[in-house]
Amino acid sequence: MKTTRTTYISKLATDLKPSGIRRFFDLAAGMEGVISLGVGEPDFVTPWNIREAAINSLERGITSYTPNAGLLELREEIAFYMNDQFQVDYSPKDEIIVTVGASSAIDLALRTILDPGEEVIVVEPCFVSYVPMVELAGGVAVQVQATKENDFKIQPSQLEEVITSKTKAILLCSPNNPTGTMLNKEELEAIASLAIEHDLLIIADEIYAELSYDEEYTSMAAITGMRERTILISGFSKSFAMTGWRLGFVCSPIEISNAMLKVHQYALMCASTMSQYAAIEALRNGRPEVDEMVKSYRRRRNYIVQSFNEIGLECHEPGGAFYAFPSIQSTGLSSQAFAEQLLMKEGVAVVPGDVFGESGEGHIRCSYASSLDQLQEAVRRIKRFVDTLQETR
Amino acid sequence: MRLTAKEMEIVEILEKDARLATDVIAKMVGLSVEETKQAIKKLEDSKVLVRYISIVDWTKVENHPGVRAMIDVKVTPKRGVGFDEIAERIYRFDEVSDVYLMSGTYDLSIIVEGKSLNEVANFVSQKLSTLDSVISTTTHFILKKYKHDGIIFENDTNKDKRIVVSP
Repeated sequence: MKTTRTTYISKLATDLKPSGIRRFFDLAAGMEGVISLGVGEPDFVTPWNIREAAINSLERGITSYTPNAGLLELREEIAFYMNDQFQVDYSPKDEIIVTVGASSAIDLALRTILDPGEEVIVVEPCFVSYVPMVELAGGVAVQVQATKENDFKIQPSQLEEVITSKTKAILLCSPNNPTGTMLNKEELEAIASLAIEHDLLIIADEIYAELSYDEEYTSMAAITGMRERTILISGFSKSFAMTGWRLGFVCSPIEISNAMLKVHQYALMCASTMSQYAAIEALRNGRPEVDEMVKSYRRRRNYIVQSFNEIGLECHEPGGAFYAFPSIQSTGLSSQAFAEQLLMKEGVAVVPGDVFGESGEGHIRCSYASSLDQLQEAVRRIKRFVDTLQETR
Repeated sequence: MRLTAKEMEIVEILEKDARLATDVIAKMVGLSVEETKQAIKKLEDSKVLVRYISIVDWTKVENHPGVRAMIDVKVTPKRGVGFDEIAERIYRFDEVSDVYLMSGTYDLSIIVEGKSLNEVANFVSQKLSTLDSVISTTTHFILKKYKHDGIIFENDTNKDKRIVVSP
């Protein structure tokens, strides 16, 4: 009896909304000759020296568990790297946990800090998992909308409006997926002073930190007074082109880290061993490759942003990550309709902005982590699509 | 000469893809098309950009008869001119595509291109070995090209294996 099966499913899981990305994936996956700007991962293959380190670890037969927090050798490299790149100080012994991608780090942080009913302010547009993860952890996600008018930078006054006695944390991602917007030091300081005033934690998703193109990157944890109230999340997926390795990490003050480690050890035991060996190599010798990738992304960003503006799709200059988030409001279509018609008529896959939150409506997320040839062809097709729309209006 | 940051970017971009349209390069580096044209012209005039050539995989072309050989050459250097004089004698041959002075067990490493094994063999025995300063030669024919100038031939790592849409 089919109907009884659903009674096995928890209310929590039943109530979860299916990801809007899923629908687009299903639409695009069956089509031939699609150029995809819908991909949320680098187009580079993991650099060979990193792959080789994992192969070597397998050849040597290192296939057992690692400590729950990850190999100490890796945590030491992470501590050095975070200090060297972002001027933040964490003890490798008890303030760094290696996780299964940054996603599991966010999940870990939320499950560790939230009591039932406590609120987390989620700045939208954002990564599709934030709200569901807060809900799965028993919390309440309070969404606030960063808007196009402010180049998708959240204003402290907007945050202040939604802070209540139940607010526990603010979840922030900079550079942002999907807008590419990066918050500078002053903007972070303004948010930080709110957090200090209201005694809140900040969960800082800094997975795209390496991919910043114009200004020096500032970490939330490097802002005065913030180390003790920041849970800093990063990983290897974006900067080292290691998405499939599922390896991230979380840095936080010792009390929080110890609590997180308890949750982590019961839920996941530890991250994949061979991935951890690959990550050690990435941190020791991966710098030249990262620099090359950043250069390449910056050039492609310059190309695509200017091209969108020329086509008539107004696009702010994203300071980081590898997404452009142009407005499609001039076409009169909703972002879902635009993305769907573009896919059907021209075979270009983009992600409609509304899947990332209310204020994403009227925009599309275009990843420029694709070859320049593909980007040029995508621009030609999108231009043809937009031109046809204007003619028929 | 010293290049500006933008000129340096243009050179790096062209080094990877010499056929990229000027307007695309202009957008990538943040210059106008006219400024980009001028910068490229300046780089060409000053021979920073020497020539635009293609990397060809001749092994794909059935009716192309070419062979390449790397030849280790031991020579006697001459007073006053060292290895330069004999190197010049060698690189002036059209058959020779590359000449390097090496450290180690031999002196010059040269690459010779010919239509057939025979043609290369004739070049070595009649022209190269008979030069006064040449003491010995060791010829290695290239059987297959796997990677050339940073480009990997016949490999699917360049293919996009990502799923079409992901968060």
